[in-house]
Amino acid sequence: MEKQVEKRADGQAYAIELKNITKRFGSVTANDGVCLSVRRGEILSILGENGSGKTTLMNMLSGIYYPDEGEIYVDGREVKISSPKDAFALGIGMIHQHFKLVDVLTAAENIILGLPGSEILDMETVNGKITELAGRYGFELDPRQKIYEMSVSQKQTVEIIKVLYRGANMLILDEPTAVLTPQETEKLFAVLRNMRKDGHSIIIITHKLQEVLSLSDRVAVLRKGRYIGTVDTARATESSLTEMMVGKKLSLDIDRPQPVAVKKRLAVNELTCTNDEEVVTLDHVSFTANGGEILGIAGVAGSGQKELLEAIAGLQPLTDGHVTYYPPEGGEENLTEKTPAQIRQLGVRLSFVPEDRLGMGLVGSMDMTDNMMLRGYDSTPGFFTNRRPPRELAEHIVDELEVVTPGVSTPVSLLSGGNVQKVLVGREISSEPTVLMVAYPVRGLDINSSYTIYHLLNEQKQKGVAVICVGEDLDVLLELCDRILVLCQGSVSGIVDARSTTKEEVGLLMTKTGKEAEA
Amino acid sequence: MTGIIIIFLQKAIAQGIGMLYGALGEILTEKSGNLNLGVPGVMYMGGIAGLMGAFFYERSAAQPNGTVGMVISFVCAFLLGVVGGLIYSVLTITLRANQNVTGLALTTFGVGFGNFFGGSLSQLAGGVGQISVAVTGAVYNRTIPVLSGIPVIGKVLFSYGFLTYLCIILAVLMSLFLTRTRKGLNLRAVGENPGTADAAGINVTVYKYLATCIGCGISGLGGLYFVMEYAGGTWTNNGFGDRGWLAIALVIFAFWKPINAIWGSFLFGGLYILYLYIPGLGRSAQEIFKMLPYLVTIIVLVITSFRRKREYQPPAGLGLPYFREDR
Amino acid sequence: MTKEPFIHISRREDMTFARAVAIRLIGVLCSLVVCALVIFVITKLNPIEVYRAIFDGAVGTARRTWVTVRDSLILLCVAIGLTPAFRMRFWNIGAEGQILVGGCVTAAVMIYFGDALPGPLLLLVMVVASLAAGLIWGLIPAFFKANWNTNETLFTLMMNYVAMQIVTFCIVFWENPAGSNTVGIINSKSKVGWLPELFGLTYGWILVIVLLLTVGMFFYLRVSKQGYEIAVVGESENTARYVGISVRKVIMRTMAISGAICGLAGFILVSGSSHTISTSTAGGRGFTAIIVAWLSKFNTFTMILVSFFLVFMEKGALQIASQFKLNENASDVITGIILFFILGSEFFVRYQLKFRKKAVAQEVSK
Repeated sequence: MEKQVEKRADGQAYAIELKNITKRFGSVTANDGVCLSVRRGEILSILGENGSGKTTLMNMLSGIYYPDEGEIYVDGREVKISSPKDAFALGIGMIHQHFKLVDVLTAAENIILGLPGSEILDMETVNGKITELAGRYGFELDPRQKIYEMSVSQKQTVEIIKVLYRGANMLILDEPTAVLTPQETEKLFAVLRNMRKDGHSIIIITHKLQEVLSLSDRVAVLRKGRYIGTVDTARATESSLTEMMVGKKLSLDIDRPQPVAVKKRLAVNELTCTNDEEVVTLDHVSFTANGGEILGIAGVAGSGQKELLEAIAGLQPLTDGHVTYYPPEGGEENLTEKTPAQIRQLGVRLSFVPEDRLGMGLVGSMDMTDNMMLRGYDSTPGFFTNRRPPRELAEHIVDELEVVTPGVSTPVSLLSGGNVQKVLVGREISSEPTVLMVAYPVRGLDINSSYTIYHLLNEQKQKGVAVICVGEDLDVLLELCDRILVLCQGSVSGIVDARSTTKEEVGLLMTKTGKEAEA
Repeated sequence: MTGIIIIFLQKAIAQGIGMLYGALGEILTEKSGNLNLGVPGVMYMGGIAGLMGAFFYERSAAQPNGTVGMVISFVCAFLLGVVGGLIYSVLTITLRANQNVTGLALTTFGVGFGNFFGGSLSQLAGGVGQISVAVTGAVYNRTIPVLSGIPVIGKVLFSYGFLTYLCIILAVLMSLFLTRTRKGLNLRAVGENPGTADAAGINVTVYKYLATCIGCGISGLGGLYFVMEYAGGTWTNNGFGDRGWLAIALVIFAFWKPINAIWGSFLFGGLYILYLYIPGLGRSAQEIFKMLPYLVTIIVLVITSFRRKREYQPPAGLGLPYFREDR
Repeated sequence: MTKEPFIHISRREDMTFARAVAIRLIGVLCSLVVCALVIFVITKLNPIEVYRAIFDGAVGTARRTWVTVRDSLILLCVAIGLTPAFRMRFWNIGAEGQILVGGCVTAAVMIYFGDALPGPLLLLVMVVASLAAGLIWGLIPAFFKANWNTNETLFTLMMNYVAMQIVTFCIVFWENPAGSNTVGIINSKSKVGWLPELFGLTYGWILVIVLLLTVGMFFYLRVSKQGYEIAVVGESENTARYVGISVRKVIMRTMAISGAICGLAGFILVSGSSHTISTSTAGGRGFTAIIVAWLSKFNTFTMILVSFFLVFMEKGALQIASQFKLNENASDVITGIILFFILGSEFFVRYQLKFRKKAVAQEVSK
């Protein structure tokens, strides 16, 4: 059953057109009546905050999910995409944010995975073809290299070549720049522009306005799973897009009280870590965090932020360096190589809101009471747990932070992202910390919840807590923090005063290693 | 002395082949990400099916032809193995039941199934006494003519029935399949990272089903081997002992590589009977020697976990269920 | 182009307790029907007769009832032992071996110290020895798992057969009568080291021990700090590390408890039930108990029902076998079929199926 679709002004059908796509997961509606179109030889950006349903929508184009309602048209014909195979057959290829590569296979093996062809593999020919294809677009790639030996950007190259090798002419890229340095990003954009010239259709999912404006022809905006509209990039500005994205004109206007009674609280000295693959993740990192101050940590994703916080919290083995704690009442404690339990026994009230909220900070399948108990369950005497204090704390947090939940005995994984974060931050603050470390505290949160979190951090700062805040949105860091430490490839490329620095300066530091910055 | 060594090698290989069939089937299954602990049961099912096929054929035919009996029993053993694999696949892949639990249930069922029919075959057939499929059994035990007459080499290399050679050929073919063919590559991807394989357009469900069912068919041949070539066409209850579990051990020992499994099976076979060939062993010491294959497997398991080399690890998706829309 | 998928599968969130029970009961009923069919096809016996025989075999006489209860309790004991390990997502497939080593040291104490120690003290030593043996057997794989993440499923599986060889090793020394290759009934005359009667019940002690374990394990997992730690480690090792729980310590401690209880089951088997030791002393209970523990979702009270049901069917099947001159292995076949159905029915508790509505609707509208 082929339906006639509206033709464009020039009489040609759109390369891809989505109509009224709806997708639900249980009681959550991830996409609600979304419409979208992309032409041949066009780059379309899909813009939206985290959790706005961008990735879900694209997963339906690539056959990972199947829509509950709505239609998909390719070149004017209605199609059903019920598997990734269908998507390939239509020329649609998706480069996922989390790379879909098999670690123990080589680049070439990953690229030809799932393709039809002669049953006996001729890897020599395949390798030659890949090298040639990579060369055409200016990529460097050894087809014989195993994936687990590759860097992030090499893996992305494999992903893109994989899609091109399949002859895809419609490419979907899910936040491709999140893991890249600015230089790598520029290279990628150049390649994408070349592909546009070749007549490819490209959809790029992002939440970075700058990229949208510099790369795409048109922008489609999603907000909370709903389609807001599509505009020509030429007629869009950062503020008009932001308005579409968040719903109302947004002046960040985050409070920033002046620091009072600033006092040295935590000194990190020449901290060095290596991971399981012997790669240096932290390279002689030194800084001081002060009580009564918010220290921001900026950097491209994967620059060592996670390792730094975990090293301080006693969750990462160190190869070198020291962590020293200065209690408010004077003296000093050496936290180097201490486990979280040992740090607690020293009387150091160190709170930590990790990036992976449900995988590390909380246990998703447990209810709020049990999650409150994670801290301090063994501080009471006796063999058995005492559930009353954690239940009271849970109820208190529900009231105080306006957590939306059916009750304190609902598993926290059923709560929305913002409420999960309130539960986690609420618990970490309840122990009256002297050091509070938070990683990406507002990721995936709506505007209101974000401001609640900013407010909580400021409250802690005014109480004299040393707050360390890892963030990804520079605008937020610049308005919230007192000082900003910039990480690049595991080393400190600069520590700047957030009140006087500029976004450009921080952005520049994010791309330079400490040694280059000094030079 | 040479005589004893030759006999030892012969017996070691004879012991090893049955395990090798089981291990090859399990390697194929595990390469798809399914840890099937039902292999011991499947081997019993294959064994009894082969025996019953040959038995009923020989009883119904006036002049039973050994080759026909051989084909019938071979097909029966393979098919009932596939049925075992199908039960496992439906439960774990389609109905998403836990792999370990399902596998153990399959072993309970399969071992019971084998012993039940093995024990009641003669009664079901109307009380014919001892079950024996001499005509078919003879075909399975036919050695390679001429070559097996060569001294020493003939004994060690050419004195086995065709199932032995088939098994080694199968191991080589499976190795080539896994490393040199497109479907083999796809299968490895399914076991390593089903999400990725799915995204690459590989039908994960079909691969898992086929690998598990064919794998179980091959394991079923291991049972057939024990019944026909090793036991000469007779059934003994619990006659395979713990060899089904040794087959699983062998998979680990071979690092999931069919070629390694060949010599691994000979080694396991040798360790299994070593106690008979060491002079001066008391009965108690013999029992200690019988532990060796398991101890060796444990040691291999421990050493590989120390070294963490990617090439020696189990398929990354082993034992984990895969559901596309899980969120 | 391919069609819209025929069936959508999605997770259920609205499952009520009553419905879940109903679905499982339907699963069991289906399995009984299939078993009846299988029995009919093989034997041409009237399935109703066969089920009456099952009932008769399991609880037909007071003695049979007690044997069924005893074996249910022993199975329950092993399942309880496995529960903390499974709660921690540690696949202890090694209960079979842990039972065997527990039983083996129990027999050793009975044989070597039967005359040397007074009755109650002897029993106490036997209990402690069996606990210790199971504990060590559970601790070995746990040690490697905790330190090097060695695959515990395969490790514990291999340990079963090492234990089996240890038992055959011991049998060589304990053979009675000589040349029989069995141990025979230990202390058959003096009954030294046999679990005595309690409240006039032959299996009174077993009842008390296992029920205490049932209640104890229930509360251990629900309200003790250690139980809480087990749950956190099982749900997320990362979280456990984050809050300062020593994952290593919890793995080792939990497997020590798990192994020790399975070892105690070995004691119950040898001292309270069979009064002998052989490689079949565990008799597959270690494997069946895995299924019991898994199906009961860590709830030790549910385990009472599940283990009773499985033993009931097993005993019943043995009765059919002798009554209708079938092979006794029929019980394994029947147990297997029932397990397949119960495992399969869990799917319908956890997921719902949505069939292609649109297509059907269109057919209708035509």
